Amino acid sequence: MSADELIAAIAPAVPGAAYVALASADAAMTPTIGVPREFIVQTCRALQGPGLEFVAFSDVTAVDFHPNRQPRFDLVYHLVSPHRRARVRLKVQINEQDAIATLTSLYPGAGWPERELYDLFGLVFDGHADLRRLMMPDEWEGHPLRKDYPVQLRKDAQTYMPLQVTAEEFQANLERDRYQRSAAKPAPPAPGAPAGKG
Amino acid sequence: MADVRTETMTVNMGPQHPSTHGVLRLVLELDGETVVSVSPTVGYLHTGIEKTCEQKKWQQVIPLVERMDYLGAQSNSLAFCLSVEKMLGLDEAMPARVNAIRVLIAELQRLSSHLVWFGTHAMEIGAITGLLHALREREIIMNLNEMLGGFRFFPSYIRVGGLKEDIPRGYKEAVRAFLDRMPGKIDEYETLITKNPIWMDRTRGVGVISYEDCCKWGLFGPIARAAGGDYDVRRAFPYCDYDTYEFDVIGASNGDVYDRYLTRMAEMRESVKICNQALERIDPVGAWACDDRRVVPPPKDQVYTEMEALIQHFLIYSQGFKVPAGDAYVPVEGPRGEHGCYVVSDGSNRPWRVHMRAPALFSCQALHKFVVGGMIADVIAVIGSLDVVMGDVDR
Repeated sequence: MSADELIAAIAPAVPGAAYVALASADAAMTPTIGVPREFIVQTCRALQGPGLEFVAFSDVTAVDFHPNRQPRFDLVYHLVSPHRRARVRLKVQINEQDAIATLTSLYPGAGWPERELYDLFGLVFDGHADLRRLMMPDEWEGHPLRKDYPVQLRKDAQTYMPLQVTAEEFQANLERDRYQRSAAKPAPPAPGAPAGKG
Repeated sequence: MADVRTETMTVNMGPQHPSTHGVLRLVLELDGETVVSVSPTVGYLHTGIEKTCEQKKWQQVIPLVERMDYLGAQSNSLAFCLSVEKMLGLDEAMPARVNAIRVLIAELQRLSSHLVWFGTHAMEIGAITGLLHALREREIIMNLNEMLGGFRFFPSYIRVGGLKEDIPRGYKEAVRAFLDRMPGKIDEYETLITKNPIWMDRTRGVGVISYEDCCKWGLFGPIARAAGGDYDVRRAFPYCDYDTYEFDVIGASNGDVYDRYLTRMAEMRESVKICNQALERIDPVGAWACDDRRVVPPPKDQVYTEMEALIQHFLIYSQGFKVPAGDAYVPVEGPRGEHGCYVVSDGSNRPWRVHMRAPALFSCQALHKFVVGGMIADVIAVIGSLDVVMGDVDR
């Protein structure tokens, strides 16, 4: 199915969406469709429908075209129909301040790749249940895969949790623990505790 | 009996736990021995390879991507090269001999990866013998890699436009000896494990997932096939002439740890079959790269005698080659499932963006589908059966 045929198949289910068939080097295997930002979830729902069956989620990633293009990011979704042995690529152009709906309601597998994009590109996915950094530490500044990220920047190594207690407090803690442990009797196993499997 | 008030306990498993395959950290919430929730924390091995790739010339990216999924190293480089060759329009022009060698290498890589999986998986469930046996055969594949590229782990032998050089003298004989040895050794592994009652008790009905969930969660490869799927990139979207090879796509139906084990063991036998066919097709002499002079430097005898060839050689080695602007994604069937490299070019001699689809990222993400409600001991069995490689997850 070419990109044009795919667009013709999904357009009735998504009224108002202006799709574009895009060229790519691997168009024979993976037709590419440009999707307006607002319609990504509806488009994927239409693609999951009977006759198309793009039920499997392959990947989502982003490309930063800064400073050559506005809007600067391309979100690139890859969907697969294992049954029909077909693939499709969806491209959504967005800017850094634009939010885009998460696909996790249709493809829960999009959760971590979207977190990765939030982490490395600073893209925000609306409705994502757990939008935290995935790769970088939580307090990291900046989004490394953006083209304007300062690559040459050197940062000192951080110790995340400095020891908060003095040596005396540490000793007192130890002794208190010891006292409590000897004073309290070991709890008997709960009667409803699950037994080990055979 | 009055209700006993119980509290759940939070346990950190990893990132230095021996059975979390590197640096996977799991924050487990336990009710007794039952897993209530699991929250995987990744990123400890994040090295920014995708960012580094943007600073390198096209051919220099290959050693970098091989270090992503380090157990299936040449599956990464094959995926990258196929995508770049698609943009260069070289995929049709690739000589059949190059494709046969690539298939041979890809299948040996799958064997090597599955051997590590088998060994560690067996060891984690308590069959330590399995690891010793599996690493013995993997050592031979490492030696074969050393013959190819000088490196044992990351040979960087597959290049854009073909291969680094022709296969070395004695390589085919060494592979032949390995392939003759391997089926008997797989029998040996299976004698150890497959009908072992302890193994079956530990793995059957554990970590079950349905095929629909596999699709939604982005799980392909052996995990989906053990749950009743039949999606294999080698069949669905053939590359490197895979459609001309005879092999079976192995599947099972229960989707539990035991079925994933059976699927991978059977896949190893199929890999040996494919290797044998590929070896038959590799002529003693012939092309080891396509003859596109944009990408592949001219033969040395021309470089030494012809001015134009010398200039071309110099240009390729100093400035690299340019790839037409555009993008491509050619998936391959890696040891862990669909593996592919989304490559974007702006027409220059360096990639604009390189993104690897990481199968292990998706299996890590879906971990709670497998372990919640089960026992904590089964977490180990499940992680082993998912065959996660943290280099692939974190990149």
